Amino acid sequence: MTARHTLVVGAGPGGLSAAAAALAAGARVTLIDSAEQPGGQYNRALPDAYAAARPDRVQHDWDRFDALRRRVLTHPRCTWWSGTEVWALERQAHEAAGPPTVHVAHGPADGSARRRSTVTPDALVLAVGAHDRVLPFPGWQLPGVFTAGAAQAMVKGERVVLGNQVVVAGTGPFLLPVADSLLEAGSSVIEVLEASTRGAAARGWLRRPWELAAQAGKGGELLEYGAALARHRVPYRFGRAVTEVRGDGRAEEAVTARVRQDWSVVPGTERVLPVDAVCVTHGFSPLLELPLAAGCALGPGPSTVPGDEFVTVDGDQHTSVRQVYAAGEITGVAGAPAARAEGAVAGWIAGGGDPGHPALRALRRKRDQGRAFARRLALAHAVGGAWPGWLRPETVICRCEGASYASVCRAAEGAEGADARAAKLGTRAGLGPCQARVCGPTVAELRRRAQGDGPAPPVPGLPAASPHHRPIAQPIRLGELAQAPLDAPPHGPVPDSDLGPGPGAHPDPDPHPDPDPAPDSGPHLPHSPQPPHPPHPPHPPHPPHPPHDGTKEKRQ
Amino acid sequence: MSGSRVAVLGAGIIGSACARELVRAGLDVVVVDRGGAAGATTSHGEGNVLVSDKGPGPELELAQLSRRLWPGVLAEAEERTGSARAAEWEPKGGIMVATTEAGARGLADFAAGQRTAGVRIEELDADAVRSAEPHLTPHHTTALHYPDDGQVQPAGAAQVLLGEALARGARLRTGTEVLGAVRRGGRIEAVQTTGGRIEADIFVNAAGPWAGELSRRLGAPVEVHPRRGEVLVTAPLPPTVFHKVYDADYVGAVGSSAEETQTSAVVESTRAGTILIGSSRSRVGFDVRLRPEVLSQVARKALTLFPGLAGASVMRTYGGFRPYVPDHLPVIGADPRLPGLWHAGGHEGAGIGLSVGTARVLCDLLLDRPTEIGAAPFRVDRPAVLGGAADASAQGA
Amino acid sequence: MSPRLVRRETDAVRRTDRPIDITVDGEPVRGIEGQSLAGVLLASGRLAWRHGPDGAPRGVFCGIGVCFDCLLTVDGERDVRACRRRARDGDEVRTQTRSPHEGEGPTTPENSPVDIPATPPAQPSRPQDGTS
Repeated sequence: MTARHTLVVGAGPGGLSAAAAALAAGARVTLIDSAEQPGGQYNRALPDAYAAARPDRVQHDWDRFDALRRRVLTHPRCTWWSGTEVWALERQAHEAAGPPTVHVAHGPADGSARRRSTVTPDALVLAVGAHDRVLPFPGWQLPGVFTAGAAQAMVKGERVVLGNQVVVAGTGPFLLPVADSLLEAGSSVIEVLEASTRGAAARGWLRRPWELAAQAGKGGELLEYGAALARHRVPYRFGRAVTEVRGDGRAEEAVTARVRQDWSVVPGTERVLPVDAVCVTHGFSPLLELPLAAGCALGPGPSTVPGDEFVTVDGDQHTSVRQVYAAGEITGVAGAPAARAEGAVAGWIAGGGDPGHPALRALRRKRDQGRAFARRLALAHAVGGAWPGWLRPETVICRCEGASYASVCRAAEGAEGADARAAKLGTRAGLGPCQARVCGPTVAELRRRAQGDGPAPPVPGLPAASPHHRPIAQPIRLGELAQAPLDAPPHGPVPDSDLGPGPGAHPDPDPHPDPDPAPDSGPHLPHSPQPPHPPHPPHPPHPPHPPHDGTKEKRQ
Repeated sequence: MSGSRVAVLGAGIIGSACARELVRAGLDVVVVDRGGAAGATTSHGEGNVLVSDKGPGPELELAQLSRRLWPGVLAEAEERTGSARAAEWEPKGGIMVATTEAGARGLADFAAGQRTAGVRIEELDADAVRSAEPHLTPHHTTALHYPDDGQVQPAGAAQVLLGEALARGARLRTGTEVLGAVRRGGRIEAVQTTGGRIEADIFVNAAGPWAGELSRRLGAPVEVHPRRGEVLVTAPLPPTVFHKVYDADYVGAVGSSAEETQTSAVVESTRAGTILIGSSRSRVGFDVRLRPEVLSQVARKALTLFPGLAGASVMRTYGGFRPYVPDHLPVIGADPRLPGLWHAGGHEGAGIGLSVGTARVLCDLLLDRPTEIGAAPFRVDRPAVLGGAADASAQGA
Repeated sequence: MSPRLVRRETDAVRRTDRPIDITVDGEPVRGIEGQSLAGVLLASGRLAWRHGPDGAPRGVFCGIGVCFDCLLTVDGERDVRACRRRARDGDEVRTQTRSPHEGEGPTTPENSPVDIPATPPAQPSRPQDGTS
């Protein structure tokens, strides 16, 4: 007997839950992540080599995460492919044939001799997460300006502190854990600036308080961060933004200003702060290249912001493509609890679990609460429409190619009626190594404003112009591409007794947080069966790691 | 004819070049596109302006005419609009490389024919190759330099042409899809579009690979079909490749159409430092699915020429559809079945380079002026265009 | 002030540091096992190590492999994201630049600053050489 094979891409909260639920449903699971350890961004762990005795000190909810990852990674029907990039998805000639063939490269990040292989699962769960969206402003390309996620990744993932005199700015609840991490590591945080006005934030957060109560875990977490700021006497200011960073070859001064509800600068309120680092976030961009490559339809999701796009899913987390499921931030930025619930639903259904299982009701409720939370989040921390007022003609929009605000506007307004693709070739904005991951949404927005029209009508035979269209989802060396991929049977034989859902199988991998089963000895994870080629150096036994906190997860 | 109204259907590079030429000749021109300008095939190609890939014959003549015209066209556009830099014109020359003895013999024969047709070709000895392309494989059997091959940034070039046309009074209607023809007295007198009726005396079908579909809507079908191609783009590198470099297989691939997918290596750098690596030719209709195996084939062929590029990071691939006619010749001229309808298309992978020559020929034909090259081979009423040509390969190139 | 590593002696996570040695443009730099190359470079006080197209310095921006600002050449392998690549003892790291080597217009073989092997690399394929 062969169990249904479910491939999960992304081992953050959503992907890990999906893997656990698919295993509970009786499926064989392959879990893929480009990182060496599961956790994504939200549960980012310290490197094994640090052999940290107290990873829990920098991680919320460490015990729960640790128990879950052990349960998944040690499961006999689970194959864990760490250090593995999905670089392309190859759709089947007929969609009815099922999910796309997944092309992966195993080995050191951006290596040149990684092994290629392909997998065609029975079901595919995409849980690849999101990254910070950062709006451009003069000086944002200076060294010393970081995304909030970078600060978090470095402190929580490596114990590197990016500066000593730091301003944390932007919008959204992610500002708090980032400031908290910096404080914990000994940085001095000068101030935390939330661009949303106090009024807008209050309206967003207080409109339907019962929804917030349902997210008590998240709310409580944020309160703790707030308490940390108070303890360190760090001012948290509403309606103030970093509108420029200056310095000679690095960030030396941050210009902050009061902003109105639309984020236009109130003249005369500018202040100049000496800094050595500025950490910025203006929300999150979902990583949509794999869903797009799989052919999944996109829509506004829970967002009300024009231009926002997420993967469209039904109540089972099923996308528009047969046997392709999506969970987590790519369906709407709703935080880790919602991602876990979505992952559990997606994994259970993708793994062949009973769609009528009573436990799904509670999971869907959790997911819906998460989405309500996401809507409030979007409302309270919406990007103000006047932010381009911060820019100057020469301000860099595309960090890779150096395309300026003026050039992007000229192309958008061009009398020649140029299509978005043609404009891109002209300005080169979005054509550099990051492939529009950073500037794509900004350029699309500026273009929308200049032209005031909707998306261009689709042309048969051409993919829709999308800032997320990246058929090569991760760079691959020409020499690697020239190699033929190996077929990768994901598993050795599985004993029949291990197949199918056992008695009491349950989609929710985490109905009650488990106590840490072995707090002192450290887990000793056996290796899952590996692909038929040596993809990466053997892991040392996993000691416990501190993940990090934030409001996002990501595959990378 | 002066003052006649012309509607050019398609705002890619062919439509843009035609609009420019026609408006210069004093005609009243409107350009219509269902999308934006230069957004489809034009912005999904490499920007080849080649003479090296064509054997003696009408297409080579069209290529040579176009190559003669390009510098003047750009100079005039610069004078008129000051924006010709956007075309990124680089007369960088091409190098055709054979890596086997058989390939060397085939290339020698091919080049001999081209020389008699007036193509400039220089044989490169080992030292000359090393100095021209230091990273080219030393294991080649022949390397020929074609100094007249050039390159443009295709969407930029199209915009330069269209920009000049607009500056001279042409009008552009984007987001306007043609739905059908309105006939009167056997002539086409208007087209119905999603934006209403557009009247004109002359309609030019410049819809690229969609020319077949458009011609069916107009009631005068021509056999123009899509042929998919893929190009790989590396991350920016320090200067590594200095010409357009092709393996000699490329010569064979253009004309043949026996297999579903063919690949041959075309390697060149852009001003931004990226290296473009082409290309594939697949007859898969308008199917846009990524086929990694095709990309692998392209990569393998490129590495045969430039083994040192194995470590280059491929960050993007883009694919487009070339418009091809079963006999692999462009279609330029009046449609004998529907007076008022003209066609300019079917250039397969060469439309960027051939655009300005095509526009010149079309304009001369339209104004009943003598053409600079023989235009008869491109006429519409040939079997390959009107149907009845059983298979491309039977027609030869 | 420059970026730095949280002092081991006072670090709440109580980590064990095992030193590794790499070189950056020939200069020896000590890191600890488990760090990414970005972590090693930042902890050594370096804030920037690449030059963008305008010639201005760049370093880490997103820290999670999205922005490609932190690219390095590692043991001859170009365009490695420093924030994604685990540092290994003995890594030879070179910084990269996208500064134009001259004005507009094509570069010719004569003024090319690069040395890319013109012969097939040994198997498994080695990447080409980096730039200045």
